[in-house]
Amino acid sequence: MKKQVIGGNKARAFLIFKMFFLIVLLLAYMVPFFLILINSFKRKSTVIKEPLVLIDPKGITLENFINAFKQMNYPLAFLNSLIISVISVTFIIIFAAMAAYVFVRTKWAASKFFFALMIASMVVPFQVLMIPLVSIYGSSLGMLNSKSSLIFFYLGFGMNLAVFMYHGFIKSSVPISLEEAAKLDGCTKFQTFFLVVLPLLKSITSTMIVLDVLWIWNDFLLPSLVLGKKELYTLPLSTYSFYGTYSNDLGKIMAGLVMTVLPVIALYLFLQKHIISGIVSGAVKS
Amino acid sequence: MAFSPSLFRKNSKISALKGMVQMNEKTLAAKTKTFLMFAGPAVFVFIAVLIVPLIYGVYLTFTSWDGISNNKPFVGLNNYIEVFKDKEFWNSLVLTLKYVAVSVVFINLIAFILAFFVTSGIKGQNFLRAGFFTPNLIGGVVLGFIWRFVFARALVSFGTAFDIDIFSTSWLSDPQKAFWAMIIVTTWQYSGYMMLIYIAGLMGVPKDLTEAASIDGATGFQATRHVVLPMMVPSFVICLFLSITRCFMVYDLNLSLTEGGPFAATRMVAMHVYKKAFEAKQYGTGQAEALILFIIVAIIGITQITLGKRKEVEA
Repeated sequence: MKKQVIGGNKARAFLIFKMFFLIVLLLAYMVPFFLILINSFKRKSTVIKEPLVLIDPKGITLENFINAFKQMNYPLAFLNSLIISVISVTFIIIFAAMAAYVFVRTKWAASKFFFALMIASMVVPFQVLMIPLVSIYGSSLGMLNSKSSLIFFYLGFGMNLAVFMYHGFIKSSVPISLEEAAKLDGCTKFQTFFLVVLPLLKSITSTMIVLDVLWIWNDFLLPSLVLGKKELYTLPLSTYSFYGTYSNDLGKIMAGLVMTVLPVIALYLFLQKHIISGIVSGAVKS
Repeated sequence: MAFSPSLFRKNSKISALKGMVQMNEKTLAAKTKTFLMFAGPAVFVFIAVLIVPLIYGVYLTFTSWDGISNNKPFVGLNNYIEVFKDKEFWNSLVLTLKYVAVSVVFINLIAFILAFFVTSGIKGQNFLRAGFFTPNLIGGVVLGFIWRFVFARALVSFGTAFDIDIFSTSWLSDPQKAFWAMIIVTTWQYSGYMMLIYIAGLMGVPKDLTEAASIDGATGFQATRHVVLPMMVPSFVICLFLSITRCFMVYDLNLSLTEGGPFAATRMVAMHVYKKAFEAKQYGTGQAEALILFIIVAIIGITQITLGKRKEVEA
């Protein structure tokens, strides 16, 4: 009996230790965000002299945000990021689901060949492709400096993972009997796919949306190679060029960083569960 | 190549016999039509954006293209000889290997401890999980800028105020400390992500296994060491693979946190390749270096997965 009680105390002590450890570490993880946030409300001179002070002794100022908003061309950059992400992800999802469907439901050599090629290509890092990509589409075809080219590239780079994920899902969780029934009811192949199969792919689609939106929204290297004009810049690009131009005016920089981070964090607060489960299933499957 | 008849004919008899439900086309023309209708767009963008550049990239390594002119003079193996003479490339590769080795250990150690603690019946599990994952939502460029402020301003101010020598000058202006700054930020960035995978793995260990172990008299530590850890091998394989490949290809964070400096002391290999091609305008050599880098990462990744698979056990 006694032993158990001691064991219980020990276990409780360990639990308290774990809790303490986790909370301290979580606070440490959050410190960088917190520092950026408090400094975004301070004057330039205070940021440099007193970066750790909570509130500017001369009072809170919103000037940094107003200036950064204008000088980063924030609304335009935000809109560019939004357009590029939404269109790319929509087409990746539709095209990948359609291709995966035909890859699963046929035994044709072409299906097998392209599916295998897509899986194999998943190990190729972007750095191996960026130089030839610029060479072909930039100097030979003159297709750079346009949003539609960038979207086209995202379709190509996002296709293999998406096809792989849809392939696995359709194979394991979409019953063929429903398609048989749809055929008997006189559906064409397209109707069967869009009216019967696609609605069954909801869970894997939400996973793909999370993975692809986070990737495209935050991507820097590819857009930096494709988009050379300021009016086409996405948020990461405009943040980068803003930092380069105003790196001395730290208050403004902090406000710019806060505004770049904010949309993602806000979305995360609402869709936290979906985002986390999307990330987990994406990582574990691939 | 893509839609040649032989590709379809090969298995046509089998599919006709099995009577595939919707896709029961009999003629080659009908099959091609269905294939193109469904897989056409995906296959087209995939070939145009991934396969063509991949093959063309290999060709580029045999030319000395300057990035502007239309002709790409053929130079044989010259670029590969250049790569072997390029000291900076090998320096940055060795540096990257060190960075990957240290970061991968830290990331996975912290991620596993976090996952283990978070799943051990603590209140607020979801909150903690979501909190540690936050850095992953933000791109490497922005993360680098945030930490640049922390290292160059906040920590320096903290160090001077409390007379802590190690923080009194910016870490980013010291070659050795700048390297460790990269490690710290990388660990911070990825440990929450790997934690999620380890949590999924820990939840998948059947409860009756650990219960059986404790009935047999195993202490908590023994049960973890001999029952839970072996069951977690697949999670370790995934996390190691993801952290190795991501760290090897680091670019965004490198650019915004240290810009490869001071004095190119933290210039990782991906940044070297970028500079070689787009700044020094030696596209052929740059592409050869990218290809060599890819082969090295692929060999390391495949070795790690094969070794890991051998250690897997069944419940």
